[in-house]
Amino acid sequence: MNLTLKIWRQQDANSKGAMHTYEVSDISEHMSFLEMLDVLNEGLVAKGESPVAFDHDCREGICGMCSLYINGEPHGPDRAITTCQLHMRKFKDGETIHIEPWRAKAFPVIKDLTVDRSSFDRIIQAGGYVSVNTSGNTQDANAIPIPKADADNAFDAATCIGCGACVAACKNASAMLFVSAKVSQLALLPQGQVERKDRVMNMVDQMDKEGFGNCTNTGACSIECPKEISLDNIARMNREFLIASVLPE
Amino acid sequence: MTKLDSKIPEGPIADKWTKHKNDINVVNPANKRSIDVIVVGSGLAGGSASASLAEMGYNVKTFCFQDSPRRAHSIAAQGGINAAKNYQNDGDSTYRLFYDTVKGGDYRAREANVYRLAEVSANIIDQCVAQGVPFAREYGGLLDNRSFGGVLVSRTFYAKGQTGQQLLLGAYSAMARKINTGKIKMYNRHEMLDLVIVDGKARGIIARNLVTGKIERHAAHAVVLATGGYGNVFFLSTNAMGSNVTAAWRAHRKGAFFSNPCYTQIHPTCIPRSGDYQSKLTLMSESLRNDGRIWVPKEKEDAIAIQENRMNAIDLPEEKRDYYLERRYPAFGNLVPRDVASRAAKERCDAGFGVNETGEAVYLDFATAIMRYGQEKANILHLENPSDAKIRELGEGVVEAKYGNLFQMYEKITDDNPYKMPMKIYPAVHYTMGGLWVDYNLMTSIPGCYAAGEANFSDHGANRLGASALMQGLADGYFVLPYTIGDFLADDIRTGPISTESAEFDQAEKDVRERLDSLINNKGSKSVDHFHKRLGKVMWDKVGMARNEKGLKEAIEEIRQIRDEFYEDVFVPGSQNEFNQELAKATRVADFLELGELFAKDALERTESCGGHFREESQTPEGEALRDDENFAFSSNWEWTGDPRNSVMHKEELTFNDIELKQRSYK
Amino acid sequence: MVALIRTSVARKYAMALSGFFLLFFLLQHLTINFTSILSAETFNFLSHFMGTNPFVQYALQPVLAFGVFFHIAMGIVLELQNRAARDLNYSYSNPAASSTWMSRNMIITGIAVLLFLGLHFYDFWFPELKLKFIDGVWNIEDRYFSELQHKFADPIRTALYVLSFGFLALHLLHGFQSAFQSVGFRNNKYTPTVKLLANIYGVAVPLGFIVVALYHYFGSLTH
Repeated sequence: MNLTLKIWRQQDANSKGAMHTYEVSDISEHMSFLEMLDVLNEGLVAKGESPVAFDHDCREGICGMCSLYINGEPHGPDRAITTCQLHMRKFKDGETIHIEPWRAKAFPVIKDLTVDRSSFDRIIQAGGYVSVNTSGNTQDANAIPIPKADADNAFDAATCIGCGACVAACKNASAMLFVSAKVSQLALLPQGQVERKDRVMNMVDQMDKEGFGNCTNTGACSIECPKEISLDNIARMNREFLIASVLPE
Repeated sequence: MTKLDSKIPEGPIADKWTKHKNDINVVNPANKRSIDVIVVGSGLAGGSASASLAEMGYNVKTFCFQDSPRRAHSIAAQGGINAAKNYQNDGDSTYRLFYDTVKGGDYRAREANVYRLAEVSANIIDQCVAQGVPFAREYGGLLDNRSFGGVLVSRTFYAKGQTGQQLLLGAYSAMARKINTGKIKMYNRHEMLDLVIVDGKARGIIARNLVTGKIERHAAHAVVLATGGYGNVFFLSTNAMGSNVTAAWRAHRKGAFFSNPCYTQIHPTCIPRSGDYQSKLTLMSESLRNDGRIWVPKEKEDAIAIQENRMNAIDLPEEKRDYYLERRYPAFGNLVPRDVASRAAKERCDAGFGVNETGEAVYLDFATAIMRYGQEKANILHLENPSDAKIRELGEGVVEAKYGNLFQMYEKITDDNPYKMPMKIYPAVHYTMGGLWVDYNLMTSIPGCYAAGEANFSDHGANRLGASALMQGLADGYFVLPYTIGDFLADDIRTGPISTESAEFDQAEKDVRERLDSLINNKGSKSVDHFHKRLGKVMWDKVGMARNEKGLKEAIEEIRQIRDEFYEDVFVPGSQNEFNQELAKATRVADFLELGELFAKDALERTESCGGHFREESQTPEGEALRDDENFAFSSNWEWTGDPRNSVMHKEELTFNDIELKQRSYK
Repeated sequence: MVALIRTSVARKYAMALSGFFLLFFLLQHLTINFTSILSAETFNFLSHFMGTNPFVQYALQPVLAFGVFFHIAMGIVLELQNRAARDLNYSYSNPAASSTWMSRNMIITGIAVLLFLGLHFYDFWFPELKLKFIDGVWNIEDRYFSELQHKFADPIRTALYVLSFGFLALHLLHGFQSAFQSVGFRNNKYTPTVKLLANIYGVAVPLGFIVVALYHYFGSLTH
């Protein structure tokens, strides 16, 4: 396959960026999208040019490091996968592919297609945990039975990989899906009950401080989410928030 | 040999850890506040160690090269975590877990360490559940278990195919809680490039801020390396792209012994390579072997027809297929341990029976399982004379419920429908059992420098059992290191802050700068990946699953050659003072090029076959691995002397008082 | 109250609750309008009651005005915040792949409805206020139906009303179900029903208004 790539290049956070056009040829349809970019970079390095910087690590869809807004969608046109699992067979020979970084005020560009997602870390730091010391002397793991449905729902919420596709997909750059997934996971489990109210208030507060937008329920986040995190979580977080703000201590 | 003191406590094996905890020095809470610890790596071992040390009161600085500690490669572990809880009432016990782990490791692990691992395993599950880790549960609300290769009980706790992710997020959230209070200072996108030793003790690191390129000095009273394994020395592996040996290797160059570098685990069920552009290999969970049957064609002409796309697997009649694992190992069949399954696949492919264009793939076929499950389901539904198509449809439904997410992943990557066509799989490098030598306290041979998780060598011997890596990472980080580090730090309560303004820091920083300068200023003609791929090919062909003396000697020479060429001809674009991914890669590959040679050298000296390491000169008449306990019941611990060629090996003899050594057999 | 709308989630609650109130109001408005098709007397009676009853005039009307104003103001505030959350836009985007046009363009349909509201006030509310509060005329009980007929005799006005109700439909099709999501009402059992109701309401209510407008326009042709 031969392809035309339109890629966002930006030297660093303070520089102005622009879209640049590159041609790549002899791309195999069995390649992953990132391997296609590897080929592009190998060619750029061979010409003495600076390769395109992009985040990636595990290349098996679980670490959440890879990003890329490809042809107008986070993680590209396929569903329920990350960019590293996207394969070139999803594209046509001769196609022009637009590649941009996640765009959000809370995700400033570091270089080219690489963005800083530490705002997500700070949201978790605001309350996305159970405050238990790692003594190992907690009660036995089977002391509290948890209904299977609750455990499964908590697990489904917990599969979020923190990649930021929800923010990238949202027209408002809202982080509600990410935040609600963690709030839901811990709200569904008995271990999360003690800090339940503080958790949702603190995490929502931090989310707002980071400059993410408001949720307008377009549902794009969930559709573009590589782990198919459900909108149920956002509704649940809204309920948690109401309970925490309205009910007395 | 006298250089190594493993500090294993006296007494019966079951009492050693308790006794040791009672005997070692403890730092009182007030004094912990004036002690700093650096943790490099934020995976299961590093993340749990950081959180635990911070909770105890130490000031922790944690470093990771990813953009968040949550992305460490522990996250990719699929299957599960072992713990001797005996929830299934099948006779599991600390001793049984200990026994299985030592045996699975082909009797090349240190007994006392493994026993301790088994002992604390149950606490890990309690801890993780308390943190809100959503393990799989049964309808009664209690925790579910499954069984894994090579053991006779169900002791593996899991969270679908994402156990590593859930455990890591548990450790990450424990860290987040302490970052929030300021007890952990987190350095994302930072890479450790050297260890700093002051007065014989590890007192800090030189790290590069990968975003700005700034070289930073960080001082502490102790340094913990939890930097994972070095499987990427093979270029293609199931490791993350960024996984590297640099931190451990730099410590090795400063005096930490590197143990058993040649012990690699090759995982049998990975998606095969599809072309030269391939950047990494994807693991398919071992659980697939519970229902899949592995085969290649019996006749070479059929194999060639399949390789050339002239024939389809499903068109080959049953009698022309060779279910080679069932044929060779009737007792265990497709469920032999990882090393055996991997070697058998390679043997068939080397003989020319591979089933894809590259000739490096075997089939993992679910057709039998689909029909069997379909028939069972038809019986349950009381269908009379169901058609084959109906049975297949029902069976596919059952298989989808069990393995749906794995099948979907396979189809996304290969574009093949595994319900209709057998999957193609091939072994791939997955885990490295070797690593930095540590004593019972997890301290390396450099005082004050600790190694935890995959980065150390202690618990898995020559082969790791499934679901043991997660257990070891968390055991080290939550329950071992936080106690044992106090024994060293107790001497430091009056030391005061360590200054970064010292001759040692100056020198270490200067060395790092020179290394980076020389890479940037080299202006050669070939990319870093060019050399990495060449190294990987030599490693895979000659130091991989099966090795022999001739090949290993060639490999050593070839690796030296590649290393020389690397320093002559590598091209690293850009500058030091920017976000430069090629430069980061170059520093890592430079260290792989040294490690690779030591790896081959270690493999050369160990003329026995053990664990995942098959030495062609050492096999039984039937072609099975032959271990040599007479001459090789030791760990090989290498001391750096300036060049891998001259590294000096120190043996630590392995004595087994509580387990009888047996040759493994799966016939 | 101020503290409550300090966070984004609370603002969405406020948006949803004011939305629910307006949904209810629209239904009431349509019901009265629809009587104009059935019976001029009933329409006059109800209109006069609504226009002169002190409780409606001095209690409900200010609440309604506040609700409308609040919904609009909050909508604009949210939109500005949302735009600020992405300082640089994508140069190439394909949002239709993952969301509906209605859900992404509530501000456009909202502003269209707001503009319509201006026209509507000019047509009915301002004359009504003038008549009652400036001219002091409170007691003509049968003027409402003829005023209605008179207004919709104008084809341009009728066309504008029909167009505006089209925008209202687009606004409602997302707004109805979105309000439920914002207050956290979502579950396997009832959410499909809510979505069905949303679609019925979002089509039927604007259609009802359109029918009333067209009825009177065509009615004026036959006079």
